[in-house]
Amino acid sequence: MANVIDDETIDYVGILAKLELSDEEKEQAKADMARMLDYVDTLNALDTASAEPMTHIYPINNVFREDVVVNSDGSEESLANAPKAKENQYVVPKTFA
Amino acid sequence: MSLLSLTAVELGKKIKSHEVSVAAAATAVMDSIEKKDAELNCFITKLDRDAVLKRAEEVQKAIDAGELTGPLAGVPVAIKDNMNTKGVLTTAASKILGNFVPTFSSEAVVNLEKAGCIIVGKTNMDEFAMGSTTETSHFGATKNPWDTNKVPGGSSGGSAAAVAAGEVPFALGSDTGGSIRQPSGYCGVTGMKPTYGTVSRYGLIAYGSSLDQIGPIAKDVTDVATILETIASHDPKDSTSVKREDYDFTSALVDDVKGMKIGIPRDYLGEGIEPEVKDAILAAAKKLEAKGAIVEEFDLSLVEYAIPAYYLIACAEASSNLERFDGVKYGYRTESYEELHQMYKKTRSEGFGAEVKRRIMLGSFILSSGYYDAYYLKALRTKAMIKKAFDEAFAKYDVILGPVAPTTAPELGSSLSDPLKMYLSDIYTISVNLAGLPGICLPCGYDNAGMPIGLQLIANNFDDKKVIRAAYSFEQSREETRESQYLASED
Repeated sequence: MANVIDDETIDYVGILAKLELSDEEKEQAKADMARMLDYVDTLNALDTASAEPMTHIYPINNVFREDVVVNSDGSEESLANAPKAKENQYVVPKTFA
Repeated sequence: MSLLSLTAVELGKKIKSHEVSVAAAATAVMDSIEKKDAELNCFITKLDRDAVLKRAEEVQKAIDAGELTGPLAGVPVAIKDNMNTKGVLTTAASKILGNFVPTFSSEAVVNLEKAGCIIVGKTNMDEFAMGSTTETSHFGATKNPWDTNKVPGGSSGGSAAAVAAGEVPFALGSDTGGSIRQPSGYCGVTGMKPTYGTVSRYGLIAYGSSLDQIGPIAKDVTDVATILETIASHDPKDSTSVKREDYDFTSALVDDVKGMKIGIPRDYLGEGIEPEVKDAILAAAKKLEAKGAIVEEFDLSLVEYAIPAYYLIACAEASSNLERFDGVKYGYRTESYEELHQMYKKTRSEGFGAEVKRRIMLGSFILSSGYYDAYYLKALRTKAMIKKAFDEAFAKYDVILGPVAPTTAPELGSSLSDPLKMYLSDIYTISVNLAGLPGICLPCGYDNAGMPIGLQLIANNFDDKKVIRAAYSFEQSREETRESQYLASED
């Protein structure tokens, strides 16, 4: 089964992945994704109906801890990594036009 | 013999007996990096010499005062650049983290520091650990110290090459689909991925969280067991960290495999494997058999489904994990933008490399409505079946033996043009991550071109000591290993 990724799909994936692709990149991405999907489609030959989806190999239990503060504020250090900061806050561009 | 040829444990002994000072060891390592790394490019960041020597002085004092008595006290180490190091640039080999200086260190790094190790630098890797050759790094490819026209493997290629070249006695790597074991094989060093949950992932920049595991890359099995014993811990900060019953991995350094049942999957010796690799693996099995192990071939099954299942799961997790890189809190932000969403998109498009984008897009697609069941759940069902196949194998065998990769290290540039071909180099390592198993890779011979061949030993969850014991026993009976051209040139 050969997968074909159309423009609409790759645009949708761009929105989900928050990536902006040039026309050239878009064509490459369509071809790459189709090829990857063709490859992973080999799984279709395997009957998995009897297997439960396994997210974790061990039984997962919620890990509880006491709600005690163990770290310091650290906001100044953390903000030092921000591309833009002002008055102890991150600066982002306007969100409403 | 030069200091650089010593194993980490041998160097630690000399430091303890005051034959070598901590500063002298650190200086020898930094000089070696200075001399060799211009060509090999194992390091993204080298620590400032004065800062390293200051730390060496503190550790020396603690050793002299009898406060630091462990086997790795004073030993220099390199850390893969996807593990956070407080105050030291941590890039994950990506432009998007090109200026990121963490405010905390990963738990594995903290454990090494507590043991008195001296961090000298951060090693090169595939961007966000996505690759099998260390060629997808934003900071250029690392070269294999055995033959600089070849790749070191990946994604922990910088760590493996640095150890093989004698730039550093040992290093930490991380392994999501073979990223410790495969480069260890290509570079002729010893590397181990422990059972999932053994080493805390706190502070490790996540790729595929259900698969990622930190582990040691070193010169021999004794080093690997000693380092693992140092970095392994139950960490409440990592909810997948496991409280193990045993952390005494060095107690498994026993030269005895009498009665040990070893299975060789026929599926690992079939199509695609180079004859020289196959011969070396079978010869290694014979050595263990001669020492009293019971060796037989068996059908593991499902091997051909491991890679497609892995890429679906890893890409799905990566697409989620890498959402945090948006140009707001840290790292790169695009130059010009008008509104928030455009800023996100431009930042990510300019900050991520081609392979990372490829995997994020595939992951986003298979998690999207309408495709989730057909791809993501299908992969998780396949994972359950692969785990079951291993459960059945380990009902019969203590250890599974096979190659680490179908070939020795390929030429630089030969894999990037065809990602699917690159993915196939991980065929023998990937299922170990899907099932969370411990696996080790150690050298077992050389091909006609003189490139090292890696032997892989795998055991059931929490049977890390069986892997160490089998590997140690093999190592004791192995012919002398050679040194890479870079390490050999020291003497």
